[in-house]
Parts: sequence; structure tokens; C-alpha cells
Amino acid sequence: MSLNKIFRNTLLVFFASILLSACAVKTTSKMQGDVYTGKDTVEYLASGVPDRVFFATNETVLTTASRETLRKQASWLRKNSKINVVLEGHADERGTREYNLALGERRANAAKDYLMTYGISGNRISVISYGKERPVDSGSNPLAWSKNRRSVSVKAN
Amino acid sequence: MRKVIFLIYVSLFIFNWEKAWSLIEVDITRGNLNPLPLAVSPLSVDQNSKEKFKDSLKLEDIGAEISKVVENNLRQSGLFNPLDSKAFLQKPDIAHVKPRFEDWALIKAQALITGDVKIVDEKLRVEFRLWDILAGKEIMALAFTTVSENWRRVGHIITDKVYQRLTGEKGYFDTRIIYVAEEGPKTSRIKKLAIMDQDGFNTKYLTLGNELVLTPRFNPTNQMVTYLSYFKNLPRVYLLDIETGIQEVVGDFPGMTFAPRFSPDGKKIIMSFAKDGNSDIYTMDLESREVEKITNHPSIDTSPSYSPDGKYICFNSDRSGYQQIYVMRSDGSKVKRISFGNGLYGTPVWSPRGDLIAFTKLHKGKFYIGVMRTDGTGERLLTENYYQEAPSWSPNGRVLIFYRETKSDSAGKGFSAKLWSIDLTGYNERMVKTETDASDPSWSSLLTD
Repeated sequence: MSLNKIFRNTLLVFFASILLSACAVKTTSKMQGDVYTGKDTVEYLASGVPDRVFFATNETVLTTASRETLRKQASWLRKNSKINVVLEGHADERGTREYNLALGERRANAAKDYLMTYGISGNRISVISYGKERPVDSGSNPLAWSKNRRSVSVKAN
Repeated sequence: MRKVIFLIYVSLFIFNWEKAWSLIEVDITRGNLNPLPLAVSPLSVDQNSKEKFKDSLKLEDIGAEISKVVENNLRQSGLFNPLDSKAFLQKPDIAHVKPRFEDWALIKAQALITGDVKIVDEKLRVEFRLWDILAGKEIMALAFTTVSENWRRVGHIITDKVYQRLTGEKGYFDTRIIYVAEEGPKTSRIKKLAIMDQDGFNTKYLTLGNELVLTPRFNPTNQMVTYLSYFKNLPRVYLLDIETGIQEVVGDFPGMTFAPRFSPDGKKIIMSFAKDGNSDIYTMDLESREVEKITNHPSIDTSPSYSPDGKYICFNSDRSGYQQIYVMRSDGSKVKRISFGNGLYGTPVWSPRGDLIAFTKLHKGKFYIGVMRTDGTGERLLTENYYQEAPSWSPNGRVLIFYRETKSDSAGKGFSAKLWSIDLTGYNERMVKTETDASDPSWSSLLTD
């Protein structure tokens, strides 16, 4: 085998591994830990105000990104004082149905509590849990589940 | 419906019930890998009755059809091996009067069921006998009368009697399953309440699918059902009378109520009520409408289920940080965690015999259906799968029915939800046929006892 050929093969392997790692970065970049950080399914209440926040598996704690989203929602709600919202809490499909209903309720309430600390009256916020009944992504994979563990603020009027 | 149930009156009509002894004994304490071979002879029908049944029920041979119900039930139980009727040498009418035991022994049958169907006063009258081939004697004989439309139930009642005579335990065949029928894509699934006979026949849909419905459960004492409905987008526990179709909300709670179940005497509903991010367990007395708070803890407390004597409640709580199973007295005192294995535990259900609790376990990405003693010892996992949950006991505590979901690809393809049953021993796992996809099964009590 000529030295030239070995060199060429090494280079090929090198480029291939760069390509592969680029792919890996692309999918994992949508999750931090197992919390969804992408924008694929996100809708907007107003320009720059995302409608949903995401949770880690079995967790109801708001992440830094979630708190930022909810602060944006709160300031938008303060400016639009006639608008009420329903917070819809959801879980992924990897849990028992009844526990997931409770978990969805707890997630939506975590978001509600945060909005209230930023001055939104509890009277303007209602909460409903769908448990695992209304996934937004029907896949059975970690990325799909991360999109489904969410609390979505929906305009009620 | 109730009228129909009472129309079936079982009349003991033949001798030597107590004196009867038999060599046949079916061992049901372990998984039965050698099911008992037996012959279900087609029930004989006289020509006149046959014609009448043909007109009214559109059945070519009602005797053979009832026998098929019995045969299928016995086979599904996993404890019996019904032999092929092509091998039978004796004609049904003659066998019913006096079987030639040598002929039946020749095809290795250890027991024989014979019978006779006829029309009496516009009603269906069935007589059947159970024979012990090796001992060469009759060991049971019964007759009963019912409306013709109930002919499948006749087959179920015969199976229950035979099962009880040969195993020493009550049967579970004259029962129904209430479940959630599912259709459509995962992201906008349509769900309806459905009810069917335990063997998958006579399916009826009880809601139209306009609102999401979940977790129906039978009252163990009558034809009432409790379930969760998202009617008007307010998730609340409802009560439904299957006979009249009348439904009502249970209680007046300012938030989501869910995970309902009846108390063993059928007089109370126990359920979770979620408010401000916290779920606790409550009961409501159906007569006085009195509401009682049973748990008071900032964690999620859900999936409550009473012990058959009504003195204890098992439930699911994450007060330790993750989902685990707890037992408490029915007034909420003496809470004790009983699940300590690796993984998460959910959906505890107390066995109608009282000695075991069935559950769903989640460990390392797999779901298991298992049982443990009521103090948490003796955990046994019966089946492992990608996703399965929500076991419900047969009324005799022998069999569990649950639902299983399959994995879907990123487009949602490949997804299905089906009912499955498994014996307490972990043997005889079978898919239960349903017209549509199905989940959340709940087993009724025996319709006739």
C-alpha cells in the first residue's frame, strides 16, 4: 500500500468523523439533559413570546429557559390585561395514566405559580391537565417525549 | 338488563350432587402446562326447536354454537384442552343420556360435557351434564331457562359451573369487560367507553367519542360504572348506569377529579382530587353525598384501591421522591410504603381474594405487570414489555387483564393499544380481541352467582 493511499484513507476517516459528530450535535442540541430546548413545536402568543415550557422526565421544576419564557408571558399578559389564559399541563407516554394526570396538573401549576409571582392574578389563569392524552409529537423516542413534557399557555378568550 | 339477569334462574334438578366424587382434579396453584383434556359434545337440539332458533337467532345449530362458547372459554383459561369434536364417536343426544365411557376414554378425554337445548314457552331451556370418564359417572347436572337472545351467556354459565366443579374455585366467564375503545392518530386520539362480554363478543359503545374518557371501573355489586370524562373540557369523575344510560358528575369539586374506583360494598367512590398542583385521595358516599379527605400530603397521591374487606386502601404516591405503592387504613391512618424494589411502581389494585396487590412497574425503560403480598413481600413480575399498565383482576382473582402499547416511529406509525390477559402464575398470556384499539380494561363481577 502506498503512503499516498494510507494518507488518503486517513483523511477520509477524518472527514467522515467530522460529519458524524456534526449530526450528533444537531439532534442533541434540541435537548439539554432531557429537557427540550428546540423550537419545532413551539407556537407564539405574540412576537417573541413562546407559548410553552418544557420539563425533564418525572420533574415539575421550571428550568432557567422556562422561567425566561414565563417572564415574557407575564409581561405580555400585563400589557394585555383583558386576556385570560388556560395552562395545559402534559406528560410523556412513558408513565402510568393516572400518575401522569397528576403530573400534568402539577406542571401547569408550576407555570401558574411563576406567572403569579410576576403579578398576574390567579383569576386570569385556569389550569387543565391532559396527562399523556394529547402528545404533540407522536414518536416513541426521547426527543418526542421531551417535546411532550410541557405546559402550554393558551388564550382563553 | 337487570330483568334479563334475573330471568336466568338456575335450577338444580338432579341427584347425587354431594355424593359425587371424582378422580379429576385440576391443579391451578401453579401454571398449568398440562391442561386437562376434555370433550365438549355439541348440545343436542330437537328438529322443531332447531327451526325456531334458526328463525329467531339466525343460527344454523344453536347446540353447536353454545358448545363452541364453552369450548373457547375452557381453552382460553389455559387449564383445559378441549378435544376436536371430529374425533367424537357418540351422537350428542345419546351421549347426553348415557355416554359410552370407553369411547371417550379412547380419545383421551378425562371429562365430558353433554347437553340438550329446546324451546319451552318461547324461552330457551338448557340442560347439561358433566361426566367423569375415568370414574365412569355423572358428577354434575344442571338446567336453566333464559330468553333466547342470551344464548351466549348460557355457554358462559355452563363454563363457570364446570370450572368450579373441576377446580374448586369460582369461574369468571359470565362476566363483562368495560374498557376504552381508541381510534385515530396519537396526537388527537378519539376515545369511547365500550363494554363487551369477557370473550370479546357483544361489544357496545357507551359514549360517542365527542369528549375524552378514561379509566372506567365497575361497581362490584351492580351495573354502575365510574370513569373520568373531559365533558366540557372539565376533567371530572362521572357515574354511569349501564342499564339506563344516565350519567352524573360525582361531587362538586373545584378542580380535576380522577382515578376513581368503587369501594367493595359499592357504596362509595374513592378517587383523587387535584388542586394547586397537589393531588390527594378523597371518598364520596353515594347515598349521603358526604365527601371525606383521606390523604393530606403535598405529594401526588393517586390510584387508590380498597382491600376486599374495605378496611385498607392501597395507593400510589411520590412522597418518597418517586412513584411507589403505599397501604393505609381506610380512614387514612397508618400509611406504610410497601414497594421497595428497583424502579417505579404504579396502579396498585387489591386482589378480590385479599392476599395480593397487582401493580405496574417501570424499570430501566421496560414496563412490567406484577403482584406482591399486601405487606410488599414476595414480589413476582408476570410479564415484561415496551409499555403496559393498569391491571384489573378477574372476579375470582385468577387472571389479570391490562393494556399494552407498541412503540411508534417518528411519524407515529406502528402504534397500537390492545388488551391482554395473563394468569396469576405468569402463564397463559393472551391478547383479548377487541373491535378497535383498546385500553383501561376493568373486569365486572360474575353476573349470576
